[in-house]
Amino acid sequence: MSVMNIREAINQTLHDAMERDPSVILLGEDVAGGAGTAGGQEAIGGIWGTSTGLIGKFGPDRVIDTPISESAIVGAAAGAALAGMRPVAELMFADFIGVCGDQLINQIAKFRYMFGGKARCPVVVRLIYGAGMNSAAQHSQAFYNLLTAIPGLKVAMPSTPADAKGLLNEALHGDDPVMFFEHKALYGKKGEVPEGDYRVPFGHVRMAREGGDVTIVAFGRMVSFAEKAADKLAEDGIGCDIIDPRTTSPLDEEAILDSVEQTGRLVVVDECPPRCGLAADVTALVAQKAFTSLDAPPECVTAPHTPVPFSPELERAYVPGPPAIEAAVRRTLDWG
Amino acid sequence: MQYSKDGLLRAYRRMATIRQFEERLHEEIAKGEIPGFTHLYAGQEAAAVGVCEHLDSDDMIVSTHRGHGHCIAKGCDVDGMMKEIYGSREGLCKGRGGSMHIADTSIGMLGANGIVGAGAPQAVGAAIAAKAAGKGKVAIAFSGDGACNQGTTFEAMNMAAVIKVPAIFVFENNHYSEHTGDAYAVGTALDIASRAEAFGMRAWRANGCDFYSTFEAMAELLDYVRSTNLPAAIELDTERFYGHFEGDPQRYRAKGEVARLREERDALKSFRASAVTKTYLSTDELDALDAAVGEEIDRAVEAARKAERPDPSHVLEDVYASY
Repeated sequence: MSVMNIREAINQTLHDAMERDPSVILLGEDVAGGAGTAGGQEAIGGIWGTSTGLIGKFGPDRVIDTPISESAIVGAAAGAALAGMRPVAELMFADFIGVCGDQLINQIAKFRYMFGGKARCPVVVRLIYGAGMNSAAQHSQAFYNLLTAIPGLKVAMPSTPADAKGLLNEALHGDDPVMFFEHKALYGKKGEVPEGDYRVPFGHVRMAREGGDVTIVAFGRMVSFAEKAADKLAEDGIGCDIIDPRTTSPLDEEAILDSVEQTGRLVVVDECPPRCGLAADVTALVAQKAFTSLDAPPECVTAPHTPVPFSPELERAYVPGPPAIEAAVRRTLDWG
Repeated sequence: MQYSKDGLLRAYRRMATIRQFEERLHEEIAKGEIPGFTHLYAGQEAAAVGVCEHLDSDDMIVSTHRGHGHCIAKGCDVDGMMKEIYGSREGLCKGRGGSMHIADTSIGMLGANGIVGAGAPQAVGAAIAAKAAGKGKVAIAFSGDGACNQGTTFEAMNMAAVIKVPAIFVFENNHYSEHTGDAYAVGTALDIASRAEAFGMRAWRANGCDFYSTFEAMAELLDYVRSTNLPAAIELDTERFYGHFEGDPQRYRAKGEVARLREERDALKSFRASAVTKTYLSTDELDALDAAVGEEIDRAVEAARKAERPDPSHVLEDVYASY
């Protein structure tokens, strides 16, 4: 074990994968950062700091700074994967899936099925997502719900450094396209990370906390907010199960249902707006498969049905926070 | 340019296979035998074959919605294609792709594609892999005069030029993007190749209804790309003998246009004329090939009609490698 933050865990995992497997390449805007400038090809070292040191070790044929061309980035990753490589494509902001939607949803998601199971398309698309940096409506969205809805894609969103390494490493060993969501406000989060070839299988939750009174299912950055809320609730003797699904496709339905069958109460916390999101999805799952276990109506704590606002006061009002989670938990306990 | 007799016979057989495959589909679709939309390649045979006769299975192509010709030219199994188009379990893609999505990655055919312009970036990625393999292999994107107007095509050309990979952009200008004329939709004065030149690429222009013209231009182009690992482009002036899709009433055509094209711009006719006068092929040999291809297509249709249909349970297969 060593202690590092999520940024370092991702960087280390990319270094290890490129070292281990010559078919792994990284491409995206400013993944090296500085090509064609006086500062040299590694002036930036990756805009998020996750690709630092890679170009120096693996060279510009494997760490490819691209023009600002998201369709070509994801499309080239798709073609390279069909041709036998394991490309990692970085979308500097997840919001840019609006630019390259076709390559994600009509191309890489479909190849295996549409080509009769013979094509292999192990693309990892790293999408940097989420509100919290006052980046307004086009650079702050948590679009994992949209891609979770697409058969053929797997979707992961780690909330700890260990899971960042384990899930990314798993993605880099698999044969399916993986949408790997990295929350920009979580990059500095520290934790212990196992050494070596550590992998976390998809479709298995992390039980972040066991409390027994209420089940909280929280995604990505929302896990730490749920933990803060649970700390407050614990002062009143209320114990929360906090489930971090880690992957939304596949989703570990069993672990969620098991917990709700024990607690009878469900709160789902999702950074996406409410419609057609993961909160609605998990609530429907529980309503269909654990209806008789419920002692109160499920609660959804989500962003509102608005674009992400710019102003700090407005953005704070947009992002679901610990007080809203705490209030939702209390509503499930006070019901009836 | 020197041609071998075997090479010419093989090229003719491929072109004849495409023609008869498409003519036969045209008949069977009219009878209601084939589900979905089908886009026929007849008229463009010299383009696909003139390009792909230079390739082996380590070279890669990405194709379009009008992809049957590219598949046959690259060596896809004709029986498997026919079964796929009939929607059979025994099809090349188990009946899950159909006419617009035939692929066989094992021979470098990375897929026909229902989205116009989607393939060009994928060829850039395949070219990254080709360059990494270091064997002088190339990746080719077939695009039409419709796809040349998609942003993806521009992004792909620029990226290929920037990152210096052996991607080849083959623009087959059949003068119709769906039902709209190139005189209207192609803004660069009907010149698509100039777009590639604007990105700093070398570009060739050839007659895409003439095997020799396409083949010889591609020979030069491939010498250049294989030796430099740099991208290049070629525009092939070609013709579409059928509509955008089968069932298209083609009200956009001039009166007698198709009859004139079949008279003046038929790649098989021009190949025959040149082959018999300029080389050592005889009309009898070509006739014999036509007959052999006809039997092959008959057998393919018969086999497709009898082939196993998918079971409803198969709908769940192959979404993921593991889930």
